[in-house]
Amino acid sequence: MSRTVIIPTPLRRFTDGVETVAVEGGTIRDVFDHLETRFPGIRARLCEENGDLRRFINVYVDGEDIRFLDRLDTAVGEKAEISIVPAIAGG
Amino acid sequence: MSYVKGLKCRICGASYEVEPLAICEECFGPLEVDYDYEAIRGNLKKADLDTRSRTMWRYREFLPLDGEPTVGLHSGGTPLVRADRLARAIGVREVHLKNDAVSHPTLSFKDRVVAVALSKAREFGFKAVGCASTGNLANSVAANASASGLPAYILIPHNLERSKVLGTQIFGANVVPVRGNYDDVNRLCSEIAGRHRIAFVNVNLRPFYGEGSKTFGYEIAEALGWQLPDAVVVPMAGGSLITKIYKAFRELEQIGFVEPAQTKFFGAQATGCNPIAAAVKAGTRDITPVKPDTIAKSLAIGNPADGYFATGVIGETGGWSEDASDAEIVESIRLLAETEGVFTETAGGTTLAVARKLIAQGRLDPDSRIVIAITGNGLKTQDALSLDELEPIEPRLAAFEEFVSGVTLAA
Repeated sequence: MSRTVIIPTPLRRFTDGVETVAVEGGTIRDVFDHLETRFPGIRARLCEENGDLRRFINVYVDGEDIRFLDRLDTAVGEKAEISIVPAIAGG
Repeated sequence: MSYVKGLKCRICGASYEVEPLAICEECFGPLEVDYDYEAIRGNLKKADLDTRSRTMWRYREFLPLDGEPTVGLHSGGTPLVRADRLARAIGVREVHLKNDAVSHPTLSFKDRVVAVALSKAREFGFKAVGCASTGNLANSVAANASASGLPAYILIPHNLERSKVLGTQIFGANVVPVRGNYDDVNRLCSEIAGRHRIAFVNVNLRPFYGEGSKTFGYEIAEALGWQLPDAVVVPMAGGSLITKIYKAFRELEQIGFVEPAQTKFFGAQATGCNPIAAAVKAGTRDITPVKPDTIAKSLAIGNPADGYFATGVIGETGGWSEDASDAEIVESIRLLAETEGVFTETAGGTTLAVARKLIAQGRLDPDSRIVIAITGNGLKTQDALSLDELEPIEPRLAAFEEFVSGVTLAA
C-alpha cells in the first residue's frame, strides 16, 4: 500500500469523483505538487496564492493535524494516510 | 413561506442553491443561509408574535425551513432570569441568566440547533441522521431522532461523561465512541458524510443547524422588552453560538424590532482548551489549535471551526475573551447554584468564572446590563464535582438538633 489521500467532497470534481488517491511525495508540499500535476487546479483550492494552506482546511497525516507537526513541510511516510478535511462546527 | 434566498459563502461570497452543503467549493469557507430581510421587515410585525407559542418557532421567519417545523416543536422559550443575588455576589448592578439548562427535551441549547437541522433533514429527504458531539448535541440528536422515528448515528470521544453517554443511549441511538478527541471525531464524521447519505447535523447540515442558535438571541431581546443588553458573556467551543447571537441582534435591528445598540460580546473558554481566547489576547483573528485538557468537556474543541468569526465578533464589538481554570469553573458552578438555584454544567461554570474575571479586569462594566449565557444542565456533568460526603443521622429530634448545633435556626 502506498501513500493515500482522502479527497473531501468539495474537491472530488477535480478527481472525477474519486475518493481515495494514491500519491507520491515525501512532504505534504510534495504531495500537493503531485496532486496538482494529476488534477490541475486542485492546489488553488487548498492553498492561498502565497502558498499557505487556506484558513478553513485541515490536513491530517495519520490522524495528526499538520499544524501540530511541520505544517506543509510535514513528512509523509510511505504508508501514510492523508486526510483533507473542511473545518466543521462544534457540537 | 420561506424567506431564504439561498446559501452564501462567508468568505468569498459565492452563492449556492439550498442544498445539504456546508462548504464553499471555491475556497472551503463555511456557507451561511441568506435571507430576504426586506421581505421579513415588510411582513412581520411585533404584534404577529402575540398569538404564537413561547417556543423558538415564534421567530420562524428567521429560520431556514420551507414548510412547518416537524422536529423539536417545543424547544426554546427558556427563561431569562434576573439574578440579583448573583449580581450582589459578583459586584454588578444588573445581570440576567439566559437559562437553557432547562431546555426541552435534553437540557441544553443544542435542542435549538437540532430542531432546525432535523426538520431540514426531513425536508431534504434524509432517512438517517447523526452528529459528532462532545455530549450535549449527542443527547439532543438522539432524543429528537427517536421522537421522529429516524435512526441516529452518534459519534463521540471515548472519554465523555457517563451521564452524557447514557443520556444518548437511552434513546436507542447508535452510539459510536471513537478513540480520540472531538477533533478526531469530527474528521471521521466528515469522511463518513462524504461516503454515506446521513444527515450529520453539524457537518453537511451545518449552515441550517447553526441558524437555530439565533433564537437564543431573539429571546434575550424580547424578554428585555425588545432591547439589546449592554454585554453578553457566551461560552465558546466551536465558536458558533457567540456569532449567532450577534447575528440575531443585527437581524432584529435590520427589521426594526430593536433600536441599534453596541452590545459587547465576551467569549468564555476553559484554560485547558482556550484557542479562541488565546487568539483574542494575542490580538489576532487566526486560531492556533490546541489539544484539550479540561473538565469542561462540552467546550473541549481544540480546533474551533468558527473561531475566526468568534474573534471577529469579539473584536468588532469591543468585547474580550478570557479563560477559567478547572477549579474556577467548579467554584462558579457552586456560586450560581447557591445564589440563584440554577445548577449548570461545566460550560456554565466556565462562563460565570470568566464573567467574574472580566469584571475584576475592568473589561466588563459593573454598571451595565449583562446577560450570561447558561447553555447546559449541571446534572449531566456531576463527574466534575465532589461535594462533602453526608453522614446519616438517627430519626430522632435530638439527633437533628445535634446535627444543626452551631447553626442558627429561625425561631
